[in-house]
Amino acid sequence: MAPISGPDTTQRSYLWQDGTVRSWLLTTDHKRIALLYMASITAFFVLGSVGAALIRLHLISPTGAILSDATYSRMFTMHGIVMVWLFLVPSIPVTLGNFLVPLMLGAKDLAFPRLNLISWYLFIMAGALVVYGLFRGGLETGWTFYTPLSTDYTQGRVLPVVAGVFLSGFSSIATGVNFIISIHQLRAPGLTWYRLPLMLWALYATSVIFVLATPVLSITLLLLAFEHFFHVGVFDPALGGDPLLFQHLFWFYSHPAVYIMILPGMGVVSEVVSTFCHKPVFGYRFVAWSSISIAAIGFLVWGHHMFVAGTSLYAAVVFSMLSFLVSVPSAIKVFNWLGTMHGGAIRLDAPMLYAMGFIGLFTVGGLTGLFLASLASDVHLTQTYFVVAHFHYIMVGGMVSAYFAGLHYWWPKITGRMYPEMWGRTAAALLFFGFNLTFFPQFILGYEGMPRRYATYPAQFQVLNVLSSAGASILALAYILPLIYFTWSLFRGAPATDNPWQATGLEWRTSSPPPVENFITPPVVTHEAYDYAALDHPDTAQRAEAPHV
Amino acid sequence: MSEHPEPYDSPQHRDETAIAGMWLFLASEILLFGGLFLIFVVYSHSHAAGWALGVRHTSLVIGGINTVLLLTSSMVYILGVEAARNGNARGIIQAGLGAAALGMTFLCLKGWEWHTEFGEHLFPGPGFAIGGPQAGGAQLFYSFYFLSTALHGLHMLVGIGLIAWVCLRTYRGRGRLLQVMPVEVVGLYWSFVDLVWILLFPVLYLIGRV
Repeated sequence: MAPISGPDTTQRSYLWQDGTVRSWLLTTDHKRIALLYMASITAFFVLGSVGAALIRLHLISPTGAILSDATYSRMFTMHGIVMVWLFLVPSIPVTLGNFLVPLMLGAKDLAFPRLNLISWYLFIMAGALVVYGLFRGGLETGWTFYTPLSTDYTQGRVLPVVAGVFLSGFSSIATGVNFIISIHQLRAPGLTWYRLPLMLWALYATSVIFVLATPVLSITLLLLAFEHFFHVGVFDPALGGDPLLFQHLFWFYSHPAVYIMILPGMGVVSEVVSTFCHKPVFGYRFVAWSSISIAAIGFLVWGHHMFVAGTSLYAAVVFSMLSFLVSVPSAIKVFNWLGTMHGGAIRLDAPMLYAMGFIGLFTVGGLTGLFLASLASDVHLTQTYFVVAHFHYIMVGGMVSAYFAGLHYWWPKITGRMYPEMWGRTAAALLFFGFNLTFFPQFILGYEGMPRRYATYPAQFQVLNVLSSAGASILALAYILPLIYFTWSLFRGAPATDNPWQATGLEWRTSSPPPVENFITPPVVTHEAYDYAALDHPDTAQRAEAPHV
Repeated sequence: MSEHPEPYDSPQHRDETAIAGMWLFLASEILLFGGLFLIFVVYSHSHAAGWALGVRHTSLVIGGINTVLLLTSSMVYILGVEAARNGNARGIIQAGLGAAALGMTFLCLKGWEWHTEFGEHLFPGPGFAIGGPQAGGAQLFYSFYFLSTALHGLHMLVGIGLIAWVCLRTYRGRGRLLQVMPVEVVGLYWSFVDLVWILLFPVLYLIGRV
């Protein structure tokens, strides 16, 4: 199993095999599709960030600094819709997941390569529709499209945006089907379920949600569009419908979608923590099954978004208890990462800094979630900045940190180039501090009663709002820096070796960047996951492999 | 298109993978219709009287005939799958065309039913035919009726398209080794469309009628 390297690898790598635009746009190579997705979601991330920047700039002044009230509403809606549906939901699965699933399985491609390409085109069409709607007037419903605001009262462009989100759902379902079937069908010889990297367990759990929750969003949006277009009663109380039914259906998807937005990040962190401590993940099976149980319990907690919406008290009590249950598998993960780090030879390279940031920020986000899952405190905190801060700790502090951790970690494999380590560490530190400065004040604002989604606020909240906006500018720097040095490294970065981090996954056994067919010799797995002993003492490992050859 | 190596070990491995993929996609479809059936469950209870009034206005004759047509169509298609397993290309095409024709007849009858309902002002909105205190529930029923039959009809169109594709590729591939997998995969989808109707038929035509 000698790694393949040498001067000719760049010629045969997937990046340079055929350089025409046509070959990229019609590719069925999962690695190239991952890069197509990466370029697209980066563009959407920039768009969503511009929205956030304008919101934070506006909130420097209690009376609102730059936007009219209506524009402010449209701006936070734009930020929410673009970030949730065009960045966070696809983020890690479609980029790193697309690139890594076949490599980690030791396969040549995903199970359905053409479906994979179709999913990207669906995503692009979805993005185009959403952007069209947002720029031709936008809408002020927030990312949740609650009825009857979205069907009766809004002046904005509901239909194209809803149609775009609807389409992006099909792209998600296609990706989910592809991942699940690939993991079942395409594992290399010897790669049993309990030898899979934890990233794959996390992506499997994510895909289950993609496949089983997304269609519920699709039908909900279809009903919404039907009502909006034909003025036919489904959810609108004026037409006899029940607006609460919309909220039930919407959150039946959108709460599991929160786990779509965090489980892949947990997968990345499991890989990174193990590699940079050079130790197997503590309690492998617990971490693996905690991903599955988060996905499963996640389907049963949607009602906690509706505690003040007039649902029955008994339903609320049950949903509250079930929501507390999610913290069990989440805590298992956090404690097992800490257990992995305990006594490990920790190397503080950029991916590890991002991963440690993830662990801390995710823990804060998770613990503050308990305040919101408790009925009594939720009545006080719901619809305030406390909620905004809580979910940004999970979505940005958690998922965006993990996304950057994964990008830095697998960048050498994807591009064959090293990023500048010092700059990577700087960006990771800036992200952590900028993020906390932006969002920690929002916990206090919310606790003191500042409601979300208002364009103005009482003057007593100004200091904390200015702090938050100042933090956002540091956060912006932490996003712009990697954009610059990653681009730089594509041309000037030091060439990467096949396994620069001394990691164990199958993806590190092929060249950087991998050849078109992923592996010159199809790999055979003879070790448990994260078997560093075999990596460090290849002689003993070779002997162990010998009988299998 | 730049040819990327296929990830399968053997043709059999590829076929198993495709069939597993279709099953998983159908699981996703179940949740799509599941959301729709939630509307039925909630409103048929909260607006029971108006809902039942709506059910009584549907055409049981057309609904019944359509149910027979669709069940027969699925059965005919299964004969095609059997033919594929026996290597009988003619059998696939005959069964496919038969199943598609029955499906098209279903859609024509459905279209005619819709046409008469539009004529009777049963589409919800101003001027809705059913008046009185239960009008609201009856409107909700017809919202559900039109949306669910439209969505099911769309699935039928896709299914008929897929059957036509199977027939075409079988016709073009005469004399070569027959592939069973595409016939089976389309059969799974066609049976699912049938199954949705088996649930829709009592919901739209029977429950609340007497």
